[in-house]
Amino acid sequence: MSGVTQFEGVPPWLQRNWDIRAAGNFVGGGTGTGFLLVASLAGFKLGLVWPLALIGLAFVGAGLLCVWLEIGRPWRALNVFFHPQTSWMTREAMVSMPLFAIGLAAAWFNSPSLLLAAAVVGLGFLYCQGRILKASRGIPAWREETIVPLIMATGIAEGAGLFLALASLMPGALPAWAMPLFILVLAARFLLWRTYVARLARGGAPKKASAALRKAHPLIFWGGHVVPTVLLALALALPPAVAPGLAVVAGLMGLAGGWYMKIVIILRAAFNQGFAVSFAPTRGAGTPAGGAAPGWD
Amino acid sequence: MTKWAMVADLRRCVGCQTCTAACKHANATAPGVQWRRVLDMEIGQFPDVRRVFVPVGCMHCDDPPCVSVCPSTATRKREDGIVTIDYDICIGCAYCFQACPYQARYKVSKPTFAYGDDNATENERVRFKAEMMNVAQKCTFCVERIDEGTAKGLTPGVDPEATPACVNSCIAGALHFGDLDDPNSNVSRLLEENESFRMHEELGTGPNIHYLWDKRS
Repeated sequence: MSGVTQFEGVPPWLQRNWDIRAAGNFVGGGTGTGFLLVASLAGFKLGLVWPLALIGLAFVGAGLLCVWLEIGRPWRALNVFFHPQTSWMTREAMVSMPLFAIGLAAAWFNSPSLLLAAAVVGLGFLYCQGRILKASRGIPAWREETIVPLIMATGIAEGAGLFLALASLMPGALPAWAMPLFILVLAARFLLWRTYVARLARGGAPKKASAALRKAHPLIFWGGHVVPTVLLALALALPPAVAPGLAVVAGLMGLAGGWYMKIVIILRAAFNQGFAVSFAPTRGAGTPAGGAAPGWD
Repeated sequence: MTKWAMVADLRRCVGCQTCTAACKHANATAPGVQWRRVLDMEIGQFPDVRRVFVPVGCMHCDDPPCVSVCPSTATRKREDGIVTIDYDICIGCAYCFQACPYQARYKVSKPTFAYGDDNATENERVRFKAEMMNVAQKCTFCVERIDEGTAKGLTPGVDPEATPACVNSCIAGALHFGDLDDPNSNVSRLLEENESFRMHEELGTGPNIHYLWDKRS
């Protein structure tokens, strides 16, 4: 691979500055904070807080480690804190500090109340991640308005899926509300995903970006939403003996669906703006002409 | 106040890429890095097809998205409108790349030379800047020339010594540089006399490369 950023022409091309490591930050951050949120709701009943807190923080930490591995000057990473006035990346980094402090305190003291506090801060972290993408004005698929609620919804859905899968493996650990909640967040995520894709298809993104989203849609729709929902409906209807197994599979599918969705958004639909002219100049034919936006027209 | 801006007359640009070469010469950018680039666009469908050459690069926007997203404050906007990068602060996160709708930024992750990475010419060795490795880089409007020139009482856009290299080199007189806040500057007069547009203006970035496309009637 060349050591120089590639310039690929006039029509929009796929950004290559953020790779799977950047996607890993959104995957880990979303799953970790979503897990903290759902786990905090169960924490008061379970009484066993420390593993929940550590699992959530491990995902967030892994995501931050991924992004640290991607930056060009990792030993200057602390400079990321310099611009809280406007940079959502700075804000994300700043919110991660109380998130880890409160989360680790929750684990240390085995405190459900602190876990809940960490979950609330985690929501702030997740919101920052959505805003990081939205502020990327050079990438049409990221600057779309619905990206923020979509990133938040999928983060919560991923966390709920992970919690469902893990709690289903432990007898008596799965709260009664966990399965209906998961169905609800899956429904919310799907509605937001559909809105997001539809808005981009209506001229909000280059053709290739919309095509990438369309291509990914069946797997996200069926694998990430429909099948997990059906499995959970079966788990609720069938005898309790088979419910945990179905819930584990459903949770993991919902989790994987969210990860795949983010990878598609970050790596496959992230075409840049490309170039455009509003008018062709008066030259040659002697008269001006309309402009062009290759890759968008 | 001063607001530096560039005007590119699309009626004149012939796509010779001399500006690109001049920029590379002035700024010693690595192979593959072109702070000033000229796009070769074909517009329309047969039989009404136009060919347009469009100089592009950092637009030194009024509201530069790269500045607001930069977590380290390495990317800043000066009072005269020039957007700069402090290579000693930049962490190379590439967030500014994603924010820029003009694809103006580059990152070089290892020393790269024209005749192979282990085969730098004497000139390349002398002009190599280690501080520019793994950080964002882009057109600076030749800020050093502007600063040194204005310090000597010269006028950027008028006196070549104080004018960006790409503008100096333009063989067709298509590129112009000057102070938009001065109504008598060359760029102000050109914009007054001609029809112009700015690229991706709908995004609200306020780009400061203006493209002329016709005489104002």
